[in-house]
Amino acid sequence: MNSAQIEIQLIASLVAIACAIPGTFLVLRKMAMISDAISHSILPGIVVGFFITQDLNSPLLIVLAALTGVITVVLVEYIQKTGLVKEDTAIGLVFPALFSIGVILIAKNANDVHLDVDAVLVGELALAPFDRLIVSGVDIGPKSLWIIGTILLITILLLFAFFKELKVSTFDKGLAASLGFSPAIIHYGLMTVSSVTTVGAFDAVGAILVVALMIAPAATAYLLTTNLKKMLALAVFFGVFSAISGYWLAHLLDASIAGSITTMLGLIFLAVYLFAPSKGVIAVMHREKQQRTEVSLLTFLLHLKNHTEVEERHVNHLREHINWQKVRAKTVLELALKNNMILVNNNVVSLTKKGDTFTSKAIDYIITNEDAQIEDMKDDFFLFRG
Amino acid sequence: MTWETVMKQKIAVKVDDLTVAYNYKPVLWDIDLEIPEGVLMAIVGPNGAGKSTLIKSILGILKPIAGSVTIYDKPYNKQRKLVAYVPQKGSVDWDFPTTALDVVTMGTYGSLGWIKRPGQKQKKAALEALEKVGMLPFKGRQISQLSGGQQQRIFLARALVQNASIYFMDEPFQGVDATTEIAIINILKELRKAGKTVIVVHHDLQTVPEYFDWVTFLNVKKIATGPVKDIFNDDNLTKTYGINYKVSIQE
Repeated sequence: MNSAQIEIQLIASLVAIACAIPGTFLVLRKMAMISDAISHSILPGIVVGFFITQDLNSPLLIVLAALTGVITVVLVEYIQKTGLVKEDTAIGLVFPALFSIGVILIAKNANDVHLDVDAVLVGELALAPFDRLIVSGVDIGPKSLWIIGTILLITILLLFAFFKELKVSTFDKGLAASLGFSPAIIHYGLMTVSSVTTVGAFDAVGAILVVALMIAPAATAYLLTTNLKKMLALAVFFGVFSAISGYWLAHLLDASIAGSITTMLGLIFLAVYLFAPSKGVIAVMHREKQQRTEVSLLTFLLHLKNHTEVEERHVNHLREHINWQKVRAKTVLELALKNNMILVNNNVVSLTKKGDTFTSKAIDYIITNEDAQIEDMKDDFFLFRG
Repeated sequence: MTWETVMKQKIAVKVDDLTVAYNYKPVLWDIDLEIPEGVLMAIVGPNGAGKSTLIKSILGILKPIAGSVTIYDKPYNKQRKLVAYVPQKGSVDWDFPTTALDVVTMGTYGSLGWIKRPGQKQKKAALEALEKVGMLPFKGRQISQLSGGQQQRIFLARALVQNASIYFMDEPFQGVDATTEIAIINILKELRKAGKTVIVVHHDLQTVPEYFDWVTFLNVKKIATGPVKDIFNDDNLTKTYGINYKVSIQE
């Protein structure tokens, strides 16, 4: 690894962390689309800032772009408040308008500079190490590294200072307001941080990847934990992991770094979406199947309790009467046997004492409308789950 | 309670000429209301009568277009620490990644102010509140794993931990089972015994005389307010609910 490679990975990782922190709160506030809006509509801010300073890394540019970001949020909320359109429509109206202003400004005035629409959309991380920050003649590293490093440091300080305020206003706006933590201040604070981070990351990774880095790591982390701090930590981890592995994927395929990082983000989300222990698709499917079998078992036991006649309790009759398919009937019968809830004598099924107690309790809960208790009761009775 | 003793009582909450509108349509119209200290009061009225809106405007969550609110003769933002609020259960996202204990701890944030973190003292207060509502065994549970009644108790514990003088509750009995309802009302009665003022948005007219000692009838305008035994009658119910109030009672 040469120093440019290390610098690129370092920039990508810092960008990932700086994005994952506000991203986590955006996801929890169900505002993922707002980050998309911000990332596009800050373009006119960047362009105007660039015309004034002629420097893509000037602080003025960041301030102007962040301002456009906040204006976006204000406009979206204003249009939404008129009640004429829904929030997603308002977002869809605002950001293309602002973005296109930026595109036209670039096309009209910036043909001679290295600010083009392509770079805006996907960034040019590979070029980041070439733009150095020179202080009194000494090269102290790439400018992007310093910019994103500063933004990240401020973000982390703000996160530590206002973690509790962010948490309470995200979870319960009304409570936050009544406790004296103005949700509006926190909301616009978060929007400002998101805008500033977007601008800082923009140069390195472009408008599309910024959104991916904000939303994907947080969305992935959300599937894995029920603890806000862990969610933040996991989002940071997934962001950095995708940044570094994406870089090497790009190296291997000789492809765009930004594109490869986004691909990694997508792949990691897909894997977690499928395999997450409790919220993943497979786990949910398994749980539903288990519950279906257990409900069938309960139905079956209720039937046995209701009917003392031998013919109603004959194994073959089960299929005809309860109208279950062969496989399902067999599964249920086996589960009941494994849990010592029934006895089978000459193909006639009867409840054991344990089966009888279980069924009576379940009926009680169903009658008194406390169905939720049945789940807890299963722990006391089941040797094997469905 | 005679009228004279009421007059001597301090006024906990005073609402003056309050008007609140959504999109220029008044939801509350010129409300004047005095809530004496130490009452357990129900706010009743039909759907859309502005019951929640009244509470939210008193708490400064909504901005009225006219009128003022005082808590013990001072504006709300000076008296914030005296007030605790239990919002409607449906007002938050229960899939939020946090635990029962953490939600209750949020009740202590108001006394901490900005930036300061909750410490051992706050944790102890939160655990005690959980114990009081019978939810201590569930302290580490993720909040979406709790039943509706348990979630309501968590909200109640969060209000208890604020150790306020005035409690506002928005339909605390909504979607809870009978056991939880009794548990909650017992805690409310305990609060009143301790001299606190409790104001509850309530839906079930049948239980008003049993649970509450004070009642406010509301339907965009204030219809009546006073002791349950004096004003909870057919006349006021008809004025508030229209001719069909008996149907409401039977529901």
